[in-house]
Formats: sequence, structure tokens, C-alpha cells
Amino acid sequence: MRKVLLPTIIFISTILLVLRLFYLQVIDDTLKLKSDNNAIKISYDYPERGYIYDRNGKLLVANQPSYDIMVIPKDIKDLDTTEFCSLLKITKEDFLKKVAKAKVYSPRLPSVFLSQLNKKEYAAFQEVERNFTGFYIQKRALRDYQVAFGANVFGFITQVNDKIIQKNKYYNSGDLIGRQGVEESYEDFLRGIKGVKYIQKDKYNRDIGSYKEGRFDTIAVQGSDITLSIDAELQKYGEELMINKRGGIVAIEPKTGEILALVTAPSYDPAILVGRQRSKNYTTLYKDSIAKPLYDRGLLAEYTPGSPFKILTGLVALQEGVIDENFSVNCHHGFSYAPGRFMKCHCHGGTLQLHRGIYESCNTFFSTSYMRTIDKYGNPPKGVDVWSNHLKSFGLGQFMGYDLPTGKKGNLPTSKTYKKMYPGWGWSSKTIVSNAIGQGEVLMTPIQLANMIAIVANRGYYYTPHIIKKIKGHKIDKKFTTKHVTTVNKKYFEPMINGLFDVYNMGTAHGLNVEGIEICGKTGTAENFAKINGKRVKLQDHSIFVAFAPKDNPKIAIAVFVENGYWGARWAGPITSLMIEKYIKRKITRTDLEKRMLEGSLQGEYNKYYPNAIVDTLIKSKIDGPVKPIVAKPIIVKPEVKIDTAKRN
Amino acid sequence: MKNQSVTNNLDWISIVIYFTLVIMGWLNIYSSSLSSIEEEASIFDFTQIYGKQFMFIILTIPLIFVVLSVDGKFYEKFSSVIYVIGLFSLAGLFVFGKTIKGQANWYSFGAFGIQPSEFVKAATALALAKYLSDVQVNLKDLNRQIQVLGILFLPILLIVPHDPGSALIYSVFILVLYREGLPSWYVWTGFIALILFVLALVIKPIVLTGIALAVILFIYYRSRIINRNWILSTMVFVMVGGFVFSVDYVFNNVFKQHHRDRFNILLGKEVDMKGIGYNTNQSEIAIGSGGWFGKGYLEGTQTKGGFVPEQHTDYIFTTVGEEWGFLGCLFVIGLFLCLIIRIIYLAERQKTKFSRVYGYCVAGILFIHFFVNIAMVAGIFPTIGVPLPFFSYGGSGLWGFTILLFIFLKMDANKVNEW
Repeated sequence: MRKVLLPTIIFISTILLVLRLFYLQVIDDTLKLKSDNNAIKISYDYPERGYIYDRNGKLLVANQPSYDIMVIPKDIKDLDTTEFCSLLKITKEDFLKKVAKAKVYSPRLPSVFLSQLNKKEYAAFQEVERNFTGFYIQKRALRDYQVAFGANVFGFITQVNDKIIQKNKYYNSGDLIGRQGVEESYEDFLRGIKGVKYIQKDKYNRDIGSYKEGRFDTIAVQGSDITLSIDAELQKYGEELMINKRGGIVAIEPKTGEILALVTAPSYDPAILVGRQRSKNYTTLYKDSIAKPLYDRGLLAEYTPGSPFKILTGLVALQEGVIDENFSVNCHHGFSYAPGRFMKCHCHGGTLQLHRGIYESCNTFFSTSYMRTIDKYGNPPKGVDVWSNHLKSFGLGQFMGYDLPTGKKGNLPTSKTYKKMYPGWGWSSKTIVSNAIGQGEVLMTPIQLANMIAIVANRGYYYTPHIIKKIKGHKIDKKFTTKHVTTVNKKYFEPMINGLFDVYNMGTAHGLNVEGIEICGKTGTAENFAKINGKRVKLQDHSIFVAFAPKDNPKIAIAVFVENGYWGARWAGPITSLMIEKYIKRKITRTDLEKRMLEGSLQGEYNKYYPNAIVDTLIKSKIDGPVKPIVAKPIIVKPEVKIDTAKRN
Repeated sequence: MKNQSVTNNLDWISIVIYFTLVIMGWLNIYSSSLSSIEEEASIFDFTQIYGKQFMFIILTIPLIFVVLSVDGKFYEKFSSVIYVIGLFSLAGLFVFGKTIKGQANWYSFGAFGIQPSEFVKAATALALAKYLSDVQVNLKDLNRQIQVLGILFLPILLIVPHDPGSALIYSVFILVLYREGLPSWYVWTGFIALILFVLALVIKPIVLTGIALAVILFIYYRSRIINRNWILSTMVFVMVGGFVFSVDYVFNNVFKQHHRDRFNILLGKEVDMKGIGYNTNQSEIAIGSGGWFGKGYLEGTQTKGGFVPEQHTDYIFTTVGEEWGFLGCLFVIGLFLCLIIRIIYLAERQKTKFSRVYGYCVAGILFIHFFVNIAMVAGIFPTIGVPLPFFSYGGSGLWGFTILLFIFLKMDANKVNEW
């Protein structure tokens, strides 16, 4: 009995299969009919990508048509290879290689043979296209940059990779996707939604109407245009000022948290990442590991903040009540904070209070304030954590939640940090006093610095910095209209601001005043080190400046960072003051200062460390930025793509 | 290398069927990947899949020689080692596995990939045969049942995360165990569970549970008073109800839409033609358009148009259906049937329990692949990525089945030397 079960099941199953096949093949006629009118093909209708505008409505990024030559290897017939190659200016080996590659992908499906032809090449090819069976032209939309700046802000467009295709059902092989910058953060809005059409075809591949009266079809949704909070003119000016320097500028409108300019230097013309040279250019930029043009210093570079950090030291000390406006300190051109430990100071010395302490950037004053803050609770770990929490409310040590795809947290030490650094109880306020003047463990990105000074401008609150102003047809994220209030009381900001105001009148930025604008700012000079050939080398100091203006009802808050720029007032200070003048007055009166900054170069300084570095020719060395005419929006339709892979399991 | 006694005693009927299937598979792969316009394509072009399949076929010949020349006792002695190696190769996938077509069940060596799960089937069959023959195993004993099911569940557990469909293959071993004395209620339970599963998809769970209650009560009251066992009846009812509701829950909450669609399409419900509906629809059209005699080799319009997805692997049978027609299908099905029945026949005349159980396993594995694959292609079984043995494109599959079959043929040829 037991022997019979398996054979029985086998026989019954086989009979079942045979009956089913008999039904399909012999009885059911409809299938035969269907096979003549078979094949549902899917064709996609790609909507045009949204345009990008600046805050004043100036068009920054539009689209342009581009032409790819596609090949279906099995359709190639009677081809005059010599003529074909000479027309497209490729070698015969190239031709064979490309066809072979396409064949590996699929002999039956279209692959890109040659991408991104310009209009002239397209016109020449189009005339004789019919001689080349198996090849056809596919129109696509490429980005058309109306300006030659803002590459880091915009990001770029590229073909989706397999990883994304697997993760995100929306994308098919060959689709385009935004990477970096706003192209990445607002991809979902900019790209729109592609339409899908199911088309019934007969066996001769002729369209015979839509499948099931279009029940499954969807209509393409246009990409939304977006308006950035960037001020194009300011952005352009910032990039011009930073030519031949390295560093970043971040300008924020304090009242709203809108980013007015986000500059990284060195940078490149966004247009070089469009067209046939795209991948070559991208590789060049990518491989430049010294100047790092693809690295957005405004968001990613973590620097020791230097003297601007004294603002925070002062504010926290005021809030904690360990100093007040009249608290005095005696400075003897330095500060002996522990036996045998002396911190130099460049102020004019004598007895000074918060006001002069700020505008002369007195190390002694702020070190004293800082130590009093930490020692307030008689317990350094507690003191550090209180101090750290105040700083956290200023956005330090965290991704701030801005709408750009890259970022760094910086570093905000807590008691845990020091317990790890100094195991046991071997540390006190004296050990970590360099934090007072921004030379300790604290690290900040330029956008965090800019946000900090925006908070001061606002007297104690901020909105999460963001680069989006409007999305056509949509609302912007609520988090950008939510007010964040710091833990420092409003009343403590006024004395600090008075000091910052006199930085321009009497202090370290004396002489950088702009007529008619009341600027408050703070210089900074940060020591820095690098590992070159395995040795720790002290490099030239970084030049830092933070400022906001006007003093009452501030319109702009800005942080400027110039790598290896000696001291604050040498490079960052003038650049800040020019940027503020540009934004508020829209024209520059101090043309000699402007000329000095535009033409000044730190390349000599950079070459000192890497004398053998090859200069990357793609990096902008001057700004020409001819504004191209706006191209009318073309209608882009990709040829249909047939589903060729089954989804298994 | 030729061993005179082995060649004389080999079962040449099986070998002839084997080579016929392999060659037919290759010809159909050629047809399925050829387009209508390409005329001069050589079937030996190694850049194309049919060329690669040819290479795989050529490489089976040395493989067969190796399998046949190994001492017959080797497979029995080393079956547990082979089984453990097989398990490790599956476990290694979690670390080194490469994802191809959404399944991380490949080892990649440059351009070349190996799917260990194709070889583990033979290893499991060896281990099972060894276990059942080694000890004085009585499958009526619950401990033995647990141990033998453990042998089966280890590979299943390792395969399910990568490829849940092919874990189904292992269910066939239950039939083999039944042949060797597993209590029949295992088979009945499995059978009833299968029917309840299908019913649960069609009938609302509450209604189905009601029907089950009625049936159980009916049986209870119809049986003689002495045989009435209300505890057993209640347990059966609770289990049936629990099973029905959990099928419903799993189907609606654990399965993804594309899993549901695989069943819905069989149940005739409306599904999205983009995904799975497209495959089955296209595959039925291709087969159905073949008629009695087919359109002729290399003449299939559906095949040429490339409408059937994955046609060279899991859907290879559609090419047979379209180009060779109903008669061609009968021929191929006939070959499979002959081979499987022949193996069962050979298994029954084995002298050792080891080789008999192994032969049963071979027949069972071949059968379930053959049935699930063709049933899926013909649209009466959910879409599960199971290859058609000897037919479908792929080196791992072909070699796995070849090794599986030829180990048995070696045992069969050896049987005269055994006492």
C-alpha cells in the first residue's frame, strides 16, 4: 500500500497537467487570438523636471533638450560602418565595443549608444538616420544652468544606480535622479511623477490601442518648480570673492532662517556636469582630494570656531550669573590659569569688562568667565554638562535639520567626553580652559556658526536654516516655521551685541565699517594642524568672521571661513563686510577693498603644503557667468520601454 | 577511467531520457533567446546564454564520469559529511551571498555564479537515506520522527530567507518518509491542510470554520458511541479553526501584495497586469497559441517577440508549448513521467535500504520540480521560482540534477557487487 502512494500522486498530477495543457492549447481558442494581438507594452511619459528660481524670482536652472543615439543590436542591418563612424567622430573599435556592450545588456532592447549629443551633432545625424537601421534618436531633458555658480547648492542629475532601483520601486533603469544639493533634497517635487501607459501591440509590433481601455494607465504629473531662499546676486558675489581661496560662506536671514548664500570654495561651473563630458569631468572633480571641489565646506567642514565662540562663552556665563556687565578682569597681556600655564592675549590689557572684552577679544576675560561657569557647581562634570546644554540650544553638536542632503554634527563635548579623555578625576575647569576661546574640543561647521550669529541677531531664537522658500503647489516643511528659543535669556544679548557693535568701531575689525550700516561682528583666528606625510604640521591659521547687520532689525547674519587666511580681519573680515554691503545696499562703494579681495589669492599658501599637487583646471579661477537665453520648455517623451524582467518571489 | 562493470550495469534507459531532455532544453533555450531578425547567430556563441548552456552541458560529461567512478560505498559513508558541507554552504550565503534577481542565493566567482541550494537537495537526500538505513529506525517512534524531520528542516530554515519558494521542494520528502513507514496521519494532515489553505483563500474564515464544525459534529455523531472522543474532536476543531484564521491573517497581513497576486490570479481575481499578472498571462498566451502541432521550431511569435519574461529559465516550457504544440508537450511530459517511474522501479529493486530511499528521494525531487514548474507555467499553481529539471537555463541547476540522478545510477549499477 505504501509503495503505491507516490506513483499514484505522480500519475494523477501528470494527468492534471495534460488536461490543463489540452484545455489551453486545443480547446480554448481565445488564447490563439490573443497571441496575434498580444503584448502589452509599457510606455513611460516623463514629465519635465521643475525649474529652480532664486528668492527674487530669477530663473537659475531650467531644462534643455538633449539627444541620445539608441541602438537595438538585433535590428542593425546593412550598416555602412565607416560612414557611420566618421559622422559621429568615433573609431571603429569604439563602435564595435559599444555594440558588443549593448548586446550583452540585451540584443532586443534599446541601449544608449552615444549619449548627449548637442544640437549640431543631432541635426547632422538626423538627416541620415534612416540609413542606419537599428539606431534611433531619443530625446531627453538635461539641466540647463542659467548661471555659472551655485554648483554646491543645486547638486546635479545622474542616472539612477542599481541600489536605488532596488530600494525604490519608482525608478527604472536609465531614469534620472537628482544627487546632492536641492536636486537631491527636493527630488520628489522636482521630478514629478512619470505617467504609465499600457499599450496593446500585435505580433508585428503595431499599436492597436490601449490595454483594457486604459484602466491601468496613469497620467504624468508635472515636476513642481521650486523657489530657493538663495539670493542669486549675493551667492554669485560670494563665490567671486572666494576665488583662489578655500573655505565657506553661509549667510542667513535671521528672522526666517532662510539661507541667503551658501558658498564653498573652490567650486566649479555646474554646467560641466551636463553633456558628453559629464563623467570625465565628474571623475576629475571627484579625484581632487586636496582642493576637494565636491566637498561642501559650508556644511561639511568642521573647524575649531576660534574667537567667535567667545560670544557663546559670554552668553552662557551671563545666563549662569557667574558674571554681569560690570564684572571686571585684569589682563596682563595674558592669563596664568595654572602654575606654569600661561595663555597669551592680544588685547590692550588693563582692567576690562564684558564690553571691551568682546571688542578687543580678550582671552583672559573669557577664560575667567568660562572657568567660573564650570566651577559654579563645585563639580566640573556638572558644570560642563550645564554649559554643554546651553550650547546645544544654539544648535551645536547636532545635524540641524536643514534641507540639504549633506551635513556634519561638529563636536560638542560633555562630561562624558572628558571622563574618557582624562580617566579618573584628573581634570578641572583649568584643564579644558581652551574651550573658552574656541580652541578646545568644540568643532563647528560654518552653517552652525552662521546660525549662532543669527541667534544673537534675533536676541535668542532661531528658525532651522533652510534653503527652500516655495514649492509650487505644495507647502514647505513645518519644521522650518517652528521657532526654537535658546536657554539664554533675551536680556543678556543686548550687552553682548553692544560689544559686537564696537568690534567695528574700536575693536579687531576696526576699519571694515560700511557707511550707513550698523554691523555687529566678531573676528576669529583658529590654529590648525594637518598630518602631512605622517608628521603633524602646524599650518597657517584659519581666518574666521561672523557678523550680522543692521544692529536693529537685522537682515543678514553671516559666517565666513577662509582656510589658512592668517587672522580674522585679513580675509574673512573684509569678505564679510563686502557681502553685507552687497546684500543691504546692492552696490559696493569701497572698490579698492573689493578689488583686493577679488584678486587676492591664497594659492601660494596652499601650494606650500602640497607643492606637487596638480591644479585642477575645472575649478573656477574666474567668474565669467554669461547668462544664457532661456529655452522654452520642450515636451519630453521617452520611447516606450518594455518590461523584460519578471519579478520573482 | 572507464569501469567495465559500471558501464555494463548502467541503466541506459534513464541515461537516454536524461540526454534527450538536456538537448531539448538547450534547443529551446536557443529558440527563446533568439530574435526574429537575427539569422546567422551560432548556437555555440559563448557570449549568449545558449552558448553558455552548451558549455554547461559539455561540462556535465566529466562530471558524470567523476560521479560514476567514485566507489559506490563512498556516498553512503560520507553522506553526513556531504550534508554538513551543504548546510555550511547555505549558511555562508548570509555572509558572502550575492543578490541576483532579488535573491541572495548565489556565490559569485567573477562572471560565474553558483547556487548552493541546487546541490543541497542531493545532499539532503543522501543524509535522509543514510539516517533511515543506518539505525534500526522505526518511524512510528516519535523521537525518530522528530530527528528525521530535523534533517529536513535544517536546510529549509537556511533556504527560506533567500528563496521561500524553493523550500516547498522539501515537502516531497514526506512522501518518501511515508514509503519508509511514517504514520499516515502525517500525509493526511498535510493533505487536509493544503485543502483548507486553498479553501481559506476563497471562503470567509468564519464560514469555513462553521463548515468544519458541521463536518466534525457530523462525523462525531455518525460514529459509534464507543469511538466518540470529544477531546480529540474538540482539538481537531480548534486546530482547524486556528489554521484557517491564521492563513487568513498571514495572507492579508504578512504577505506582500505581489505574493497575494500570485494566488489571486489563480482564483480569477483582478490583479495588476504590471506585475505577476503579466507573467502568467503571457505564459498562458504563449502556450495556448501553440495548438495541436505548434508553430514549428524557431517560429514561435510569442517566443520571438520576447513577451514571456524569464523564458529561458523558469518559463522555458512555454517555448515547448508554443513551438511544438500539445503533442510536443505530451512528449516532454511523457519523458519526465518515464524517467520518474523508471527511477521508482529501480529504487524498488535495490538491495540496500540506503539506495532505495535515495532513489525514492531522486524520483520525488524530480517529480515536484517537474509538476510545480509546468503547473505554474500553465497557470494552475502560484508563481514560484522553480526550474524545470535538465531543461531550464543555468549551470548550478543542471549540474545539481545531474549529480542527483547519476549518484543513484551509480548505486543501481553497483548493486550486483553488494551482498
